[in-house]
Amino acid sequence: MAPRTLYDKIWDAHVVGARDDGQTMLYIDQQLLHEVTSPQAFEGLALADRKPWRSGANLATPDHNVPTENRSLGIDGITDLVAREQVQTLDRNCKAHGITQFDILDRRQGIVHVVGPEQGATLPGMTIVCGDSHTSTHGAFAALAQGIGTSDVEHVLATQCLVGPKALNFEVWVEGTLPAGVYAKDLILAVIGRIGTAGATGHTMEFRGPAVTALSMEGRMTLCNMSIEAGARAGLVAVDEVTLNYVHGRPFAPKGEHWNQAQSYWHDLHSDAEASFDRRVALDASVLEPQVTWGTSPEMVVGVGGAVPDPDACEDEQQREGYRRALDYMGLSPNQPVTDIHLDRVFIGSCTNSRIEDLRVAAEIARGGHVASPVKQAMVVPGSGLVKAQAEAEGLHQVFLDAGFQWRDPGCSMCLAMNPDKLQVGEHCAATSNRNFEGRQGHGGRTHLVSPATAAAAALAGHFVDVRQR
Amino acid sequence: MKAFNKHTGLVAPLDRANVDTDQIIPKQFLKSIHRTGFGDNLFDAWRYLDEGDIGLTPNERQINHTFVLNQPEYQGASILLARRNFGCGSSREHAVWALLEYGFRCVIAPSFADIFLNNCFKNGLLPIVLKEEIIDDLFAQVASGQRLELSVDLPGQAVTRPSGELVQFAIEANRKRAMVEGWDDIGMTLSHSAAIRAFETSHAKVMPWLFVDR
Repeated sequence: MAPRTLYDKIWDAHVVGARDDGQTMLYIDQQLLHEVTSPQAFEGLALADRKPWRSGANLATPDHNVPTENRSLGIDGITDLVAREQVQTLDRNCKAHGITQFDILDRRQGIVHVVGPEQGATLPGMTIVCGDSHTSTHGAFAALAQGIGTSDVEHVLATQCLVGPKALNFEVWVEGTLPAGVYAKDLILAVIGRIGTAGATGHTMEFRGPAVTALSMEGRMTLCNMSIEAGARAGLVAVDEVTLNYVHGRPFAPKGEHWNQAQSYWHDLHSDAEASFDRRVALDASVLEPQVTWGTSPEMVVGVGGAVPDPDACEDEQQREGYRRALDYMGLSPNQPVTDIHLDRVFIGSCTNSRIEDLRVAAEIARGGHVASPVKQAMVVPGSGLVKAQAEAEGLHQVFLDAGFQWRDPGCSMCLAMNPDKLQVGEHCAATSNRNFEGRQGHGGRTHLVSPATAAAAALAGHFVDVRQR
Repeated sequence: MKAFNKHTGLVAPLDRANVDTDQIIPKQFLKSIHRTGFGDNLFDAWRYLDEGDIGLTPNERQINHTFVLNQPEYQGASILLARRNFGCGSSREHAVWALLEYGFRCVIAPSFADIFLNNCFKNGLLPIVLKEEIIDDLFAQVASGQRLELSVDLPGQAVTRPSGELVQFAIEANRKRAMVEGWDDIGMTLSHSAAIRAFETSHAKVMPWLFVDR
């Protein structure tokens, strides 16, 4: 057989065949569901008198618009009645179809992309979909994980298949070692800065090289999570011992003889030595510095020691206009040093950076310090109830509280501000999330994407600082 | 899905690159459990000066008169002329629903983000990819103050300009057919149920650990 990439292997293992119209049907092993993009899919099923193909291949949890305070009130804690109805609708649909759901009061509830891996529901070699673009996160486990729209949520519920063309192969090779104070988040921001938000459109990105294999599963998830911000259809990292050690023993992971069978199958989940990629990009991790976005697209990013660019220096007219508009929206000036950007709020959380490792790093920086007085709010939102419990067992919550941070209940929170956590007009926020689009964190809000370490350090200083110099 | 064959309509220009789906339909409108009701909130943060929310009607809002879709010459536009990487970001299909409900049948851009593109095909909103030079030229034509109407012929894969000039576009053959015919996508896949069952049986032998009851 010709050498294949990891993507080719997972794809080949799931092709059901071609439909009458020539399109390929790809079998989906697992669908993750949340309250925002699934109601219309279930409604569509009902209207067509269809049932889920395989209820057991779905896992649901509410995350996008759950409040991050007063969780013990459950559904009653959602004061926005429209949001409450959405969470209740998910509840009703899961019960009606026998779909496993970690509901708002379940201690396993959390951001769907944190929950899946944490439960061992995300496994190597799987095909996974979810009506959420950050489904790419699960690619860290060598699972082909794609974000889809609601029509496809309904399609996968009804048929267990996703229909559409195969993507091309894109290799991101990362040489060297990440320096102290520089994290997976900085690496993926640097990749996006290099190739742009449309750099990997039509491709599945595989992250390879020594700097990638040196990452923990948490770090790999951060990388794959934001591959969508580079335009990729999915992100991938090959299976190794780090993957196996993470998966082993988790509640939904294979047990006994199944574990042995699975392990031997998973060992082949890497790109063959001679496999060919349609595109390649290479980076050296050892020269990276902490990254900070200054604009309204994740590609508008610089090192913390740098400055906001001058639009007049852009050669491309569209880019120049885009930069001007971004600076105007962000209230920044050309050549303004990044460390001169002052912050009103700090958000540590989201499917990108809300796992235990992220909280440990942030707590280490917060320990013994205090949130600077101009910062109105610094909040830490753990990715799941289990991450929260683990952090509390380690005393991290106390470190945050002592330093003046708020310690919240799990959910997507201020990453997209569908719940009450949001920015006010004109406020600058250091956020560990994934999108700095206009209004993303609240109408008129200004987002700067950073690592948890940089966010925590910025909270203490009141402006961006180089965490390597602390 | 709504079938798409031929369409002639007025062009509205949206001259910025990387328009993300958060701009097309902001998150507060995603709390709805329905497929409709998004048209008034298309490009909400650009179309209005105040912050919108579910339940507010356009009459209760402050209109941003400088935004292109609020200008008199673009009323009734059904073809959106856009820049590269249109529809990037969130997978929200609500973006496509909002564009359709507003009255757009077609978006012309040099490139589209993957998930958005897929969502377009699932709903009968035709995404047309044209070369950057042609897009530049169309923008220039609109900017010159001309009322630009284009005729789109999906089966013929062509856009006709007012001068009569025909611009061909590429589109994946299978997706084009599905759109022209307006096929029931799920129904078509379910017509292959036997093949899916057969695959599932063999797949369960290769990866039995995926077929254990949770």
